[in-house]
Order: sequence, then C-alpha cells, then structure tokens
Amino acid sequence: MERVIRKYIGKIEAQGLACRNDLLFLARDADIYANRPAVGSEQELFGVLEGMNCSALLFARLAEPYRSILDEVVLRDDIVAESGCLFPRDAETRTFLHDIPVVDSFSAEAIRSALARRKTAIIRNHGIVTYGGVTPEQAFIFFSSACFTTFVKYFSDTLRGAQQGALSAGAIAGFCRIWQETERVCSVKGMPLLHAGIPADEDAVCAMMAEAGRAVVEAHLVDSCFGNISYGTDDTIFISQTGSSLDELDGCIDAVPLAGTSSVGITASSELTAHRRILEGTGLNAILHGHPRFSVIMSMDCERSGCDRERCYKACPESRSVAGIPIVSGEIGTGPTALLHTVPEALRHSPGVIVYGHGVFTAGRDDFREAFAALQRIERTCMDTYRTKLSALGVH
Amino acid sequence: MSGYTFRSIRIDLSTRTVEIVPTPEMLCEEYLGGRGFGVALLSDAITHSWNAPEMPLVFATGPLVGTAAPTSGRMSVVSRSPLTGTIFDCSVGGRFGTMLKRAGYDYLEIVGTADRLVALEIDGDAVTILSAGELRGRTVSEAAAGYDSSWSTAVIGPAGELRVRYASIMIDGHYSAGRGGLGAVMGAKNLKLIAIRGGGTVTVADPAMLATARDAIMRLLRTSQAVFGEFGLAEFGTAALVDLMHARRMEPTENFRKTLFPQAGAYSGYAMRVRFNPKKTGCAGCPVLCKKIGEGRAIIPEYETVSHFGALNANSDLDTIIEANRLCNDLGLDTISAASTIACYAELEGRTVPPAVILQILCEIAMREPGRGDALAEGSLRYAASQGHPEASMSVKGLELPAYDPRGAYGMALAYATSNRGGCHLRAYPVSHEILRRPVATDRFSFEGKARIVRIAEDMNAVVDSLTACKFVFFAVSLEEYAKALSAVTGRDHDAQSLFRVGERIWNAERALNRANGFTVMDDDLPQRFFREEGSSGARVSILPIDRKAFLAARANYYRIRGYAEELASHEETR
Ligand code: SF4
Ligand SMILES: [Zn+2]
Repeated sequence: MERVIRKYIGKIEAQGLACRNDLLFLARDADIYANRPAVGSEQELFGVLEGMNCSALLFARLAEPYRSILDEVVLRDDIVAESGCLFPRDAETRTFLHDIPVVDSFSAEAIRSALARRKTAIIRNHGIVTYGGVTPEQAFIFFSSACFTTFVKYFSDTLRGAQQGALSAGAIAGFCRIWQETERVCSVKGMPLLHAGIPADEDAVCAMMAEAGRAVVEAHLVDSCFGNISYGTDDTIFISQTGSSLDELDGCIDAVPLAGTSSVGITASSELTAHRRILEGTGLNAILHGHPRFSVIMSMDCERSGCDRERCYKACPESRSVAGIPIVSGEIGTGPTALLHTVPEALRHSPGVIVYGHGVFTAGRDDFREAFAALQRIERTCMDTYRTKLSALGVH
Repeated sequence: MSGYTFRSIRIDLSTRTVEIVPTPEMLCEEYLGGRGFGVALLSDAITHSWNAPEMPLVFATGPLVGTAAPTSGRMSVVSRSPLTGTIFDCSVGGRFGTMLKRAGYDYLEIVGTADRLVALEIDGDAVTILSAGELRGRTVSEAAAGYDSSWSTAVIGPAGELRVRYASIMIDGHYSAGRGGLGAVMGAKNLKLIAIRGGGTVTVADPAMLATARDAIMRLLRTSQAVFGEFGLAEFGTAALVDLMHARRMEPTENFRKTLFPQAGAYSGYAMRVRFNPKKTGCAGCPVLCKKIGEGRAIIPEYETVSHFGALNANSDLDTIIEANRLCNDLGLDTISAASTIACYAELEGRTVPPAVILQILCEIAMREPGRGDALAEGSLRYAASQGHPEASMSVKGLELPAYDPRGAYGMALAYATSNRGGCHLRAYPVSHEILRRPVATDRFSFEGKARIVRIAEDMNAVVDSLTACKFVFFAVSLEEYAKALSAVTGRDHDAQSLFRVGERIWNAERALNRANGFTVMDDDLPQRFFREEGSSGARVSILPIDRKAFLAARANYYRIRGYAEELASHEETR
C-alpha cells in the first residue's frame, strides 16, 4: 500500500495539484495506511472511511492556482448555491463524474453522505475529497478529474461572463491573480527529444510509444490518466490499454491485428476504433490523444444562440474551429454520436482536431514528433487565443 | 414503494396447494429481490437436505425487472445445491423474470414433492399444476415445444429428472441456471417444467429520473471496450475472452495441468464468427445483447464452455464444442461442471478423451447410465474421491472451477476460495480488474489489497444479483449509477453505500447458512495443484505455483475485513 500511495502522491505533486503535506491519502487492505498523521478536522476522514465500503480515501487542499480556482468556482456558480452541486460541462468529466457535490462542513457525516452518491466532492473552503472503490488509483484519477473539471469550468465561465458583460470587479480581480499562477503552471515547454523515424520492431514501437506518452505528461500538456496513444504498422495497431497512464505505458500496450483476427483488443483504450479509423483513413501511423486544458476550454466557447446546449458535445450541427483548428463533436467510445464518426474525417484535412469539451487528437507519419508538436502548438494557440479574447473584452 | 408487485406465489407440490402471499415490504427493503429474496426465504429450511420436500426452490425477480433500467430482465433461482451443499443462487437471463413480474409476482417459491411428474402453468392470475407424465425423459427442447413465444419456460432435461448433481434449469431453451445442480432440486420435486406469461406492467415512481439514470448508464457502457467495443461482449459474446486468456496464459488446459492450449485459435470468438456469422440476441431488457446465434441456429457457447470443452479436454474440434454445448443445454447439464468432470476422468484414466467420446459421455451422464455415466453424474469431487484421488477434482466446495486459472490472477485465487457457492468466478469477478482492467487495473500477480477488493466486489455482486441486473454492465458502471435507477423505480432514496450495506447483509446471511451446514474456513481453499505445480510459462509471462503463505495471509486479511477472524482462530489454519 505504501508504495502505491507514494507513487500517486508523487504524481499529484508533479502535476502541481497539491503538495504532499496538504494531502491525506488513506488506503487499506486489512489495515489502514496513511501517508502522514491526520491533523485537526482531518481526523473526520477516518470516520468517513469507516462508514464506506471502499479501499481508499484522498483529501487534499489544492496548490495554486487550483485552490483559488476552486474557491472562485464554488463562490460564483449560481447552480452550486441552488443545488449544492457543480455540474461539469466538459464531456469526459460529465460522463464519469456526472456532477460534484459541494459539502459545507468538514464532518464525517456530511462527507460520507456526499461520497455515498458521487465519486468526488468539494469541501467548501477546504479542498477536494475522493475515494477509490476498488483501488487507491481511482481516488487519484477522480481527484485529478475534479481538478481538471473545475479548472475548465472556471475559465469557461469567466470567458462567458466577460462576453455577457457579467463579471463583477471581484471576479476580475480574482481572475488576474489566478491568471498569473496559471501561466506559470501551464506555460508550454520546449520540444523534447523524441525517437525519430520508423521503429525497427515491435519492442521499438512500444518503447517509442512509452517515450511519447511520458513526454506529453512531463510537458504538462496532459495529466497522466487522460489520453491514449497508438501506432500502426502494416498489419497491426499498437494501442495503449484502457485505464493505462500515458506516463507508464510499459507493459500496457495491446497489439491488435487490423484484420480483426484476434479479440485481444478487448482491453484496448476505449478509443480503439477512432484510432483504427484515423490510421486507415489518413495513412498517418502515430496518433496521440490527450486533454490539454485550454484546447478543451476553447472548444466550448460558442456564442451561437438557440442551440440545445446539452447536445453540443455529441451532435453540434455547425462546422467550428479555433484559430484554424477544427472542432468536432462526438462522444467517448461507441454509438451513433461517437467521436469515431467525426475525428478521423477531420484529421484528413488537419494535423490536429479538438473534440468539443473533451480533448485533442493529433497524428503524424513515422514517429511521434509531428503529433507531439501539433498537440503542443494547438494548446499554445488555444491559451493565447483565450487570453486575447479576454483582453479584447476588457479583462486584463 | 414502486417497483414491486407485492404479491408472490407459494406452491406446495406435496399438497398441490397454491397460495398467493404478500411480498413483505421489509423483505424488499432488507434484501432487495432476486438472490437476496432467495437467501431470506431459505433461511429456515437450509439444514434440510437439498432433496427434502421442505427445501424451497425459489425463482425471484428484483425491483428493476420489467422497467427501462438496462439489463433488468434477469432473475435468480435459489435453493440448496446437491453438488456443494451450500446455499446456491444462479442469476439467469431470458424472459422468465420479466414474465413473472408481468404476471403480477415478485417471486415464486416451490416446496414439497409432487407424487408424480408435474408441470406448472402460470398465466397471469391462473396458476395450474398439470400432470406431465408424458414429458418424462424428454429433452428441454422437446418438453418446451408445446409453448409458443407468448410464454417463457423453465425446464429440466433428463439430467434434472435423474438428479445429476450438476443438472441445470434451462430458461427459454438456452439461458441456463446452470451451476450447482438446481435442476436436480427441481427434479427431486418431480417438477419438469414451468411455463409463465403475463401482460401487466411494473409501476415506476419517477420515469423521468429513470430515463436520466438510464442515459448515464448507457453513456458509460458506450465508453467500455469490454462491452460495446469492436471486440467486446456485444460483438463476440464472452467468447471474446478466448484470445485474451490465451494471451495471458491462463486458459486451464488438460484439467488444469497446463495453462496454455496452442490450438485455442480454432474456437476463438473470431473463428466462430467466421464460421457461423452469428446474430445478436440476449436477455429481455438488455441493450448489450451478448448472446450469439449463428447460421443454422447454432448457439455460440459462452467462453467458459468453449474453453472447458476445448483446452481443458485438449480438444480443438469446434464442431464438438458446439455440439457439446447444445447437448448440455438440451439434456439439462451445467457445461462447466460437465466438461470439468470429464477432464478429471481423463486425468485419472491417464488419457485424452476423443471428441466423439466427450459427446457420448455427456449422454451417459445425463441418462445416469450404469457405470461411467452414473459415476460422473456425481460431479468431479465425488467421482475423484471414489477413485481414491480427490485431489484430481479441480473444484472448490465441490463446484468445478471455470476457465480462469488462479495461478494467472491472484484475486481470482482468493475469490474462488472465499466464494460461498464454491468454485465460481462471478461472486467477486476479479477478472474484471485483473484482466479486463475495469473499473481500474490491478496487478494480477499480487495479493496486495486483494482481500479488501474481493470483499467489496462480493458485496457489490450480491446487490447486482438482487436488483436483478447483469454483472457484465459493471465493467463500465458502478452501484452509484444503479442506485439512481433504483431510487427512480422505487421512489425510495438509495445510494451506493446503502446498497453495499444490503450486499453485505446478503453475503453474511449466506455465510451463516453455510456455517449452519457445517462449512468452515477449511472449505475456503483451492486444490493443492495450484500451490505445487507451475502453469505454462513462456513469452515473458511466468505462471508460477501460488505462494501458499501469501495466499493464506490474504485469506486471513479477508477474514479480518469480514469480521470472520474468530472462525479462523478456531481452526488455527494460518501456519
Ligand atoms: S449482457 Fe448478455 S447476459 Fe447480460 S443481460 Fe445482456 S444479454 Fe443477458
Ligand atoms: Zn479522451
């Protein structure tokens, strides 16, 4: 348990979401393991664990800018005031978390009752609490999702507020403070050195994929659990497994025969079919998918009125783009409104495409250098566009 | 409260009395339905023998049955197993559960023994016991032939009539309440067939909320490769697992003496698709439709069946596998126990059983033909013991193990041992996280955290079997989403944790019933082969014998987590 917990705490720190001293990670088999002693009201968390049928519990006070973002979102969202819940609009979080309850007091009873209903909760003025139903890793994933979704929601709401001229002076002041911190953590780094050229054999394919996966995480383009990656050869598509982490792909890549002669791909990423269709439709072999934050935020910036906003993410009738990068709608996985019907076509005409409220797909020919560069470029463009738009609306 | 009819049927075949009884609200609150109902209804009778007139045979639906909740067309059949001696429930699909509910009943409880072979017809309010002497010895398809598609049927074949200890009850011809020999319990009651139909509807407290819950569930299902992916259950059925278990080198081969069968490709999901071009079908109320029927009405068997009539018996002949499955269904035999008992026989005989002989033995078993058939009809454990080699039976508590070698998945190893119905993969279903990586991947070669995970999953599946939903959808969804659906149906407030508490109650009740029949921690163990012999290592995967100490430590952890530590202490088994 200790080893596992240490690993996820390391990831949380590396992603800049929280410092180890500000988080309490409880995991248990027969005995409970804690990363440090609980202090003050944190003692309540043992009561939460006691009353729940689960493996792990994670509470963290967030690091900046996430801490201020969380406070602002909870403070300024009308729906939270009404319903006691935050409703994420980005597609992935909406699918998996549904909504995030906001708890007013740091008490075992209140937290337990929120977590009995949902995978993660916000404790007002304190932080985020999540649990792992099966393993501690789930607590980490939901925590990471909650940080991601509040981030996306905050910047989306701020942009919309500015467009509607509805930002208060307090909100603007808050934004300026938060933006400085955000630039610090989201500043796009240089291009890492990645394997060049067609890999020699299967082992080299897997090594190249693992390297590219690590690079997107280390560049802070994508959090480790949000994304997938594939590489096509003549008769096989190598693809990250479902639930794998981009920065830990060793041993987590499935080799799926393109002719469909084996069903080992049953453990492949939920986007297997999208990857396969991209490969077949574009001839591009190296495909990268992740959820860079500002790309997701900008994909949801739409001023058109009269649409059913609940359908944007899966069936937008418009042909949209941001700074020349196409935006398509599409749900995760399969079904008539899945992204596998929209993304492959868009990638035939552009090196990258953003899926509404979800993330980015990019592709390149022989290795991951092009796909990585495109992902980085798209995110940088979206962040710049975001800032430019807000400045034009008078928010500096 | 909605979602229940609050009426049930109690039939005493000895006196031929039919009683319509109220379904107590307390029962619904504390045990939900399905498997939970069965446990509660059996609690006073559990120490009776499986073939005593007092022993109930229960067919129970759950609150979601007949509603728009996904995979809500299932039910549980519950009694005491002739094979294991434990309480035993089977979750089964088809249309029977839906018909029972639409006929206006939550459950059907049958006690007593008819003085001659009878059938039961339930047509809405009309419940009739008919003499069925002319059906004696008939196969499942023959016996059900008189009922058109407006009916759903539960039928035993000759195997059930002759009390083969792993006789099944077949629902609608090919959905099997397969494991544990509940068909023999039905046979002991002299009940050949139940036919049921009904045209009622189930009231739902909040249809709009149910629609929202359903959308959330469907959205999650569509994100799952294992369910709706191009190689998932909806496309290939569970036969999709043939290639995966082969790649993981954990396909039980030659009675678990090996874990890799080089010819498994002959009966993979892909091979069967090419050969039979199957269409999708499935249980009432299911959007997944994981069952496959091929051209010429060939039924594509489940993974466990193909693998056990394949690798376990060193047989690569696809036609034999398909025919063995058809025979088992028609004669009313559990495919897993039948195939495993034949593999045990083969090991003790020191030879491989040729394909044609496999089929011949199945008929001998079902007819209890004197000699080999009768001996094997007792199941692998009794048979192997009669030969002086009980260790050759690959079973836990007498129930033959399915097609997941525990040396390739340690959570599976622990879950086989702790299962309260014996060697079953579905109680805790660790294949989900150890192999299919859902909802999250775990290290299949480690016991770390597994005691807790097994306990959580056992409780969860007790809920799933009581709702009554299908375990396959839980590759993608959790009790959180189903609690919303249940709240919408019943109008009562449920959440994931309140459901877990129900699951724990059911599990503990089952354990208590087994204890009353003399089961102890000594029974929570695996065949010694898994601790002594290496599987088929290779291709950078080592399938080593399970470290017995580590296994016992994980099991001790499990007992502590469950609050069963005293049971262990009284047996001093941790050495
Ligand atoms: S997934 Fe398969 S077994 Fe489950 S309810 Fe649907 S058809 Fe039946
Ligand atoms: Zn994604």
